[in-house]
Amino acid sequence: MSTEILESQIAEAPAVVQPETYLNFTSGILSWLLTKDHKRIGILYLVSVTVMFFIGGFAISVARLNLMTPEGSLIPADTYNRLFTLHGVIMVFFFLVPVVPAALGNFVLPLMIGAKDLALPRINLLSWYLYIIGACWTLYAMIAGGIDTGWTFYTPYSSQASHYDIVPTMIGVVIAGFSSLFTGLNFVVTVHWMRAPGLTWFRLPIFVWTLYATSIIFLLAVPVLAMALILVVVERVTHIGIFDPALGGDPLLFQHLFWFYSHPAVYIMILPGMGIVSEIIPCFARKKLYGYTFVAYSSMGIAALAFLVWAHHMFVAGISVYAALVFSSLSFLVAVPSAIKVFNWTATLYKGSISFATPMLFALGFVALFTIGGLTGLFLATLGMDIHVHDTYFVIAHFHFIMVGGMVMAYMGGLHYWWPKMTGRMYSQWWSRMSALIIFFGFFLTFLPQFVLGYNGMPRRYHSYPPEFQVWNVLSTAGASILAVGYVLPLGYLLLSLRYGKRAGPNPWRATGLEWQTPSPPPKDNFEETPIVVRDPYQYHLEKAQNEL
Amino acid sequence: MPSVAIFPAAASTNAHSVDQLLLFLVVVCGSVGLLVAFLLIYFSIKYRRRPGQVAPPPETHSSHKLEWSWTIAPAFVFVVMFIWGAHVYIDAYHAPDDSTVIYGIGKQWMWKFQHPEGQREIDALHVPVGGSVRLLLTSEDVIHSFFVPAFRIHMDVLPQRFTSLWFQASKPGEYHLFCSQYCGTGHASMIGTVVALEPADYRRWLQSSAEGSLALQGRKVFLKYRCISCHSANENARAPVLEGLYNQPVPLRDGRTVIADENYIRESILNPAAKVVAGYDPIMPTFQGVISAEDLMAVIEFIRTLKPNETPPRVESFPPPVNPPDGDPQKLPFGAVPDTDNSKSDNTNAGNSKSNNIEHPR
Repeated sequence: MSTEILESQIAEAPAVVQPETYLNFTSGILSWLLTKDHKRIGILYLVSVTVMFFIGGFAISVARLNLMTPEGSLIPADTYNRLFTLHGVIMVFFFLVPVVPAALGNFVLPLMIGAKDLALPRINLLSWYLYIIGACWTLYAMIAGGIDTGWTFYTPYSSQASHYDIVPTMIGVVIAGFSSLFTGLNFVVTVHWMRAPGLTWFRLPIFVWTLYATSIIFLLAVPVLAMALILVVVERVTHIGIFDPALGGDPLLFQHLFWFYSHPAVYIMILPGMGIVSEIIPCFARKKLYGYTFVAYSSMGIAALAFLVWAHHMFVAGISVYAALVFSSLSFLVAVPSAIKVFNWTATLYKGSISFATPMLFALGFVALFTIGGLTGLFLATLGMDIHVHDTYFVIAHFHFIMVGGMVMAYMGGLHYWWPKMTGRMYSQWWSRMSALIIFFGFFLTFLPQFVLGYNGMPRRYHSYPPEFQVWNVLSTAGASILAVGYVLPLGYLLLSLRYGKRAGPNPWRATGLEWQTPSPPPKDNFEETPIVVRDPYQYHLEKAQNEL
Repeated sequence: MPSVAIFPAAASTNAHSVDQLLLFLVVVCGSVGLLVAFLLIYFSIKYRRRPGQVAPPPETHSSHKLEWSWTIAPAFVFVVMFIWGAHVYIDAYHAPDDSTVIYGIGKQWMWKFQHPEGQREIDALHVPVGGSVRLLLTSEDVIHSFFVPAFRIHMDVLPQRFTSLWFQASKPGEYHLFCSQYCGTGHASMIGTVVALEPADYRRWLQSSAEGSLALQGRKVFLKYRCISCHSANENARAPVLEGLYNQPVPLRDGRTVIADENYIRESILNPAAKVVAGYDPIMPTFQGVISAEDLMAVIEFIRTLKPNETPPRVESFPPPVNPPDGDPQKLPFGAVPDTDNSKSDNTNAGNSKSNNIEHPR
């Protein structure tokens, strides 16, 4: 497929003088820092999560380099432990969880439902400030003081044994948690109240469905995380026995509370990713999303079941065999709706007219990597297998396939899909498609060897290891270097596109969503007049849908 | 050229069942994965947009029959995976009754083991090939995890609590023992070696013990802390009889019943007021902070091996006992041998502990 064909598929807009947009209706730093416009707040989030992504990525690059040799002599053990903790905390709480809902969701959700803004614009700004305060505080605590518990903070190591700055780090995470909570609240209210006339629940784009499901998880799960972390802080400060058995506490209680948030958090990360892919694949296959209602229901099903599987992280932690049986079976249950989605995306391609623009490459990469991540999740849900691979590199490989292979691929797809809408500019197709391919192959090379390492028994969080594991570690580190290139490239061509990119026009992908029926970048109030929705989403098969845009 | 691990050594009975399960999962999940990959690539090539194509493709209607079938088919496969996995898991955590019990302690950052015959080792664990070994594990500080990849078995090691796992080594050799739950700076160096020995070699290794059996050491601890002054075999009113107690149901003052497993015995020593046996007053002092983790294990092993009318193994090497409270040699608890009989028992009763039994009133 040559670049020319692809370029021709992107409808070029006439170069007219841009009218007033959300970017230029006021100017100055304060107009951004005090904005209540969801689009500007989305951009603020986008910038901040990108900074956090590169900090978290840098931390793990150093740790990964250390694993080139079995002795791990590049950095001392304590530094290694602090680096992987920094990586985990930053990536989970400050990148993966907020990136799609708070950055992309903030920007496109009101546009997709034909609303002028989110229902609670001031709360929206507050949630960004909470995020920034939490992020700065946590970063300072982790870099100046340090913390070495891993992002899971298991007690009693975190509550008593570790001598690092655990309390400030946890307070930072709790503050950022409230940011998610407010975002979730805002989205739920917005989806209920602010939909355009005619936009019934079953005309909502899947991305809106998944943001809605994600928001419900935020509302129910974040308070439990806050509780768990605050209890650790209380125990460290007052020495009241909550989690430390030496003081009369129960160390497994922490794991229950922690995973009650952190397992649903995986779905917070992956559900919006599924939503993005459900937007992209129909658009670039020019097909209606196959089995729309099944996909919508399976999103809600995943959100509900997400709360019932937390103890599958604890199969070898000393829970009873009966509890293990229950949580294993429930974990298989949550795999069913995920499988449905993979089949539906694949079926959407059938008899389509598929073009391989950058968002589509990322979306197809997502389906491939998410499928591997999901299938290896079955290994971990299978009790007899988990007793061997638990806490090994197999687990690391599995959840990186889901959270990085899946979630970050989808996020990159979404970013490239909505970038023209956000900025009004197109980016280089050639460079962006290169970066999609580099990320895909770099990812494979990084994490496939880790499945082998894990089954061979290399435990996670080791800064040195027996020499027979070296070859796989070297391969993995080589892959990580390629992956790093793939992640730095977009930074370059996306920033260049702001100045040199050609104008995108309202609908460069000829997509059907409401967000494409307003200029790019959108005006301050999103739409000239409130759109009225008269048809189901993804009606790509209607001639009319294509001609009128 | 460094050695490359392609597939881990399989050196226990459990390893074979986990490997079979792996094979099943790889075949099933692999075929599904390949099918999805094939369809993605095939559709992408076959239905790629051709130059000049403007008309949208016709709609293909969703088929509820198809969708239900790809909902139910995975669900069915999952049921098979669940049942098979549950089977392996239940096997892996249900030790055979005749297992040898070895005690293990995790500590930042080392592994300590105590064999029933009395050997103590650090960062090494000797086990016989073909014999089932049950490990009773506890931690002195934070959570660790006992992981022997060659045995495909894994169990977290918790402070103030016993967790347990078992295995049967099937191939002699030396295998890695890892700590797999992050436990601080030295986590990666909390590595030991499991040495699986042929039964004859193992017996030879066992004979290197200098201190007598673990139960015997436990008995010494039992006497040292004067537990015997209340817990004698006599039916006195102050404390329950311990012989034959292990793994039996115990009625409590509050009406509940607990099984007297190692966790209950441990709790009763460290926190005696928590679960008081029916008919007794909560008068026992706590031994929290008094008794070391190793001594605690030895005492538990001692109590574990106390059977009614039967004495602990290797009774012939018991030292002269402390006199029981009532001083009646005919009522000596726990098969203790009266001072006067010491030489006789040493000479005549080797290997025949039963003859040392002393009937106690019940």
